[in-house]
Amino acid sequence: MALCTNYKTRKLKDQLVSLWIRFMVLLVVALPLIIAFSLFYKSWLILGHSSLSELLFSSVWRPLAGKFGFFPFIISSVWVTFIGLMLTAPICLLSAIFLTYYGSRHLLRFMQPVIDILAGIPSVIYGVWGILVIVPAVGKYLAPMFGYESSGFSIMAGGIVLSVMLIPFVLNILIEIFRTVHHDLFDASLSLGATKWQTIKHVVLRKSFAGIVSAFGLGLSRAFGETIAVLMVVGNVVGVPENLFQPGYPLPALIANNYGEMLSIPMFDSALMFAALLLMVVVVVFNIISRRTIIYLESKH
Amino acid sequence: MEDTKISIQNLNLWFGKLKILNEINIEIPENKVTVILGPSGCGKTTLMRTMNRLVDLQGEARISGKIMLDGEDILNTKRDITLVRQKMGLLSQRPTTLPMSIFNNVAYGLRLKGIRGRKKLWPHVEKHLIEANLWDEVKDRLHDPASRLSIGQQQRLCLARGLAVNPEIILADEPTSALDPISAAVIENQFYKLKENYTIVLVTHIMRQARRIADNVVFMYLGDVIEQAPVDEFFNNPQHKMTREYLRGAFY
Repeated sequence: MALCTNYKTRKLKDQLVSLWIRFMVLLVVALPLIIAFSLFYKSWLILGHSSLSELLFSSVWRPLAGKFGFFPFIISSVWVTFIGLMLTAPICLLSAIFLTYYGSRHLLRFMQPVIDILAGIPSVIYGVWGILVIVPAVGKYLAPMFGYESSGFSIMAGGIVLSVMLIPFVLNILIEIFRTVHHDLFDASLSLGATKWQTIKHVVLRKSFAGIVSAFGLGLSRAFGETIAVLMVVGNVVGVPENLFQPGYPLPALIANNYGEMLSIPMFDSALMFAALLLMVVVVVFNIISRRTIIYLESKH
Repeated sequence: MEDTKISIQNLNLWFGKLKILNEINIEIPENKVTVILGPSGCGKTTLMRTMNRLVDLQGEARISGKIMLDGEDILNTKRDITLVRQKMGLLSQRPTTLPMSIFNNVAYGLRLKGIRGRKKLWPHVEKHLIEANLWDEVKDRLHDPASRLSIGQQQRLCLARGLAVNPEIILADEPTSALDPISAAVIENQFYKLKENYTIVLVTHIMRQARRIADNVVFMYLGDVIEQAPVDEFFNNPQHKMTREYLRGAFY
């Protein structure tokens, strides 16, 4: 019988498997480091060619002339992310409060898979939906409302699509955070004569303030790196946008649109690698800070 | 005889299909310490949460019966439930300091009652911190976050906070179980003094604590009231077989 092989073979197999497992774990840990290192290695060329401040703050983007100013892309990314977060914040905060403290347990049980499904929709679908619905809505209604003319492909459209994509992600974290607020604390406030809303405002929100900020920090790092859905609606025109109804060109879109196409231009691929490195640093830093805060908060309960 | 403050009449409570409280009848006299004693899971805490209607928050709870507070059935009152709750200070197992300063913890309930402005709040805060025997330890750092206090101090702060809304009743749910012996003794002594002005209901599973501070003891087991009696009678001459076994330490 196969199960009754002798001791030596079994031990050898055991050791091999455990070695294999260790190697796999190591790979997972090493992967981000390898990526970061190769990005840094590749962008070394451009860092030697232009100064860091020129790369970050110059608005001159003329690859053929060897001028790589990333400011238009950085500012587009910042605006799209900012709008996305601003629109998503009240929606997520209020729905998380409702689902945790007002809705019945059945509703939460029903909503949780719904939220997960929303989170699992491929971003290209959000992009298509953005082109079909959000872009015309921005061009026809929203921009004229504010007195601007717009094709619809704009920073605003990118922000709106992004905010919808962020909802399931941030909402899930917020629900988790509100759960860490102990119900004894809630009871204590009620027993002092507070209403439910007073308790939420003065106790729950204050208690979980750091957690809420981190939830949005995680949302931010996710929003900053979101590529395809934003790329599809944001217009992709190089330049510092004068208002939110003009097209923008965020960093991830720049990389996705150009990498592999213009490699004959000297420095171009190094410049794109620098953009990727920048993106990775921002995303990783916000991720780490937010996660640390959340872990710290949860350990206190 | 003494006046009855709270009278619980034929109280039943279900969570879904599970019956937690079964035909509870308890008389709680004014200005006395009534101890609800019983092993864990017997419904003591639920009973207490029903008394100040915190149980409302658990959607599936079904309740029948009456809880009369000064002759008014608080389970079917038309009054604002927050006013009913303000009549009862709550002290829970673990101190539940609110995420704000020591001063603001005590002022929280006062502000909810509409007392505003530091000047107006100050005398109240001082008075109740003294009442809870905490003033001397915190008077120089009233604006520190309450979370910096020791657990024992935090529990006394919770007591002060509860007293500040001027309740008539103090509901305490194993208030010393998380505390060191010294802090626990301070809280117990405080209860002893406070009963002059307040009606105190204390839930505990510690028999010695019940013997030390109770005037009356209610013994509960699995959602039933088994026996209620004045403290001496209860410990020296228990009527019910189950009470005798519990006192002997046959089960917890």
